[in-house]
Amino acid sequence: MGMTITEKILAIHSGRDRVSPGEIIQVKVDLALANDITAPLAIKVFEELGKKEVFDKERIVLVPDHFVPNKDIPSAQQVKFVRDFAKRYGIKNFFELGDVGIEHVLLPEKGLISPGDLIIGADSHTCTYGALGAFSTGVGSTDLGVIMATGETWLRVPETIKVIFNGSLKRWVYGKDLILYLLKEIGTEGAIYKAIEFAGSTIKELSMADRFTMANMAVECGAKNGIFEPDEKTRDYVKKAGAKEGIYLSSDPDAEYEKVIEIDASRIDPQVACPHSPDNVVSVNEIGNVKIDQAFIGSCTNGRIEDLRIASQVIKGKKVADGVRLIVIPSTPKIYKEAIEEGIISTFLDAGAVIGPPCCGPCLGGHMGILAEGEIAVSTTNRNFKGRMGHPESKVYLANPAVVAASAIAGRIISPEEL
Amino acid sequence: MKIEGRAWRFGDNIDTDVIIPARFLNTSDEKELAKGCFADLRPEFSKEAKKGDIIVAGKNFGCGSSREHAPVAIKACGISLIIAKSFARIFYRNAFNIGLPLLECEDAERIEEGDRLRVDLLKGEIINLDKEEKYYARPIPEFMMKIIEAGGLVNYVKSKK
Repeated sequence: MGMTITEKILAIHSGRDRVSPGEIIQVKVDLALANDITAPLAIKVFEELGKKEVFDKERIVLVPDHFVPNKDIPSAQQVKFVRDFAKRYGIKNFFELGDVGIEHVLLPEKGLISPGDLIIGADSHTCTYGALGAFSTGVGSTDLGVIMATGETWLRVPETIKVIFNGSLKRWVYGKDLILYLLKEIGTEGAIYKAIEFAGSTIKELSMADRFTMANMAVECGAKNGIFEPDEKTRDYVKKAGAKEGIYLSSDPDAEYEKVIEIDASRIDPQVACPHSPDNVVSVNEIGNVKIDQAFIGSCTNGRIEDLRIASQVIKGKKVADGVRLIVIPSTPKIYKEAIEEGIISTFLDAGAVIGPPCCGPCLGGHMGILAEGEIAVSTTNRNFKGRMGHPESKVYLANPAVVAASAIAGRIISPEEL
Repeated sequence: MKIEGRAWRFGDNIDTDVIIPARFLNTSDEKELAKGCFADLRPEFSKEAKKGDIIVAGKNFGCGSSREHAPVAIKACGISLIIAKSFARIFYRNAFNIGLPLLECEDAERIEEGDRLRVDLLKGEIINLDKEEKYYARPIPEFMMKIIEAGGLVNYVKSKK
């Protein structure tokens, strides 16, 4: 019996020839990540273990990206605590304002991730790096604190669900729509404890940005990881980022899957997840009249330069509707600079948008765009749980950057086709 | 390990933003976190939960973010155990790692708010004292049980040295 790409990466990192779903294995971790919310607890755990050194100064990444620029005194204290720890233990990869972007966009961009790597992060969207053919998954702070001390953790080998998308995409349809469509099909508990492997002709044609978006939201299906077989597009991305070459693995033809789901991607329209769950998905054409107060373009899901280009293409020469607040947050300083150089930031400003500094911002209701009671937002982010972006009586709709941009102009949720 | 307490009933897909909204995440002090536990969904919870109480929920409890603050806040409110039809995987790890046991039980929906429960963790046996019923949970994997017996992952790792 062959192995899936996920099983192969786990086997390599556990020093074994093969692993099977259901086994609990001990693995070596290539990179361990935490942010300003999860690092403080992880550091406390690390210190409780009484180790004098971290397992590897080069393999720990600390990214204060959630409540920065520090939004209040407790947030400032948390970041200071992380900064002091990074200094004391000589952590090489500590990124702060000016250097900092959203962790899951920043790490690949900085060349810290290669195909075949095993990355564990104290953030649920750590699964994003599966786009590069790596195994990556989120854990909590205690797990991460132990990893900082030992460089190892335990994992249950997941069963894999293979999702095959075939066909060419319609205009204004992106990776975001494919993953929202899958959420509609399988639900938020459809892949609990499992790996999702994306395959098919549509996937081969997808840009890296789209693959990152899809792997990012694998966790919204409950998955442990989402993964793509690395190819020439991966190779180009990794090379440009200056990462080490990595290992290019693929699933064996006789690998065992728990389930195979085939989807005709050519029939998919832009999708919208309605309140209050990412699997409450309809086609944008079925949404009806949903007036909005705020539109947000950004986050680890859709704040890459490709996303900003798509949105600016829709918005160019138009104005944001009266009474609508459009917030745009480029995910990293590099993306911000590229957006300035390409005139994208000017396009947004001319339309009446506000541009925020790279951070997680309003996605998790942290700061920089909190919703009031009864307000409605359309957002390129990944979660629309009750109260996620602010007041418990506010509502969030999730969509791709083109739909969010078009909706900001129309003042209600629409397809870019309608503009 | 035996646990006895009163049930707090929750529904399906209880996410970590509902367990502890992000505005409470600017601290890792567990007493402070306890104050934010279910702050919007059930504001009375953090004040009225008693030591030993048990949360009972539907499927996919703890979905969403990796914030360990969620099980920490629940435990700091005095909760001794969570019984649900299923759990999100990061929440599952986090809870065991901090010494808060979880049981997956198909019959969780038979338990109502306020029911008094007596639970044998090792056997996975849940007795509903008010309804005089008995339910069985999926056994906790041996490896996870070792973590609980050690009082959490930190103690488990220390004990292996």
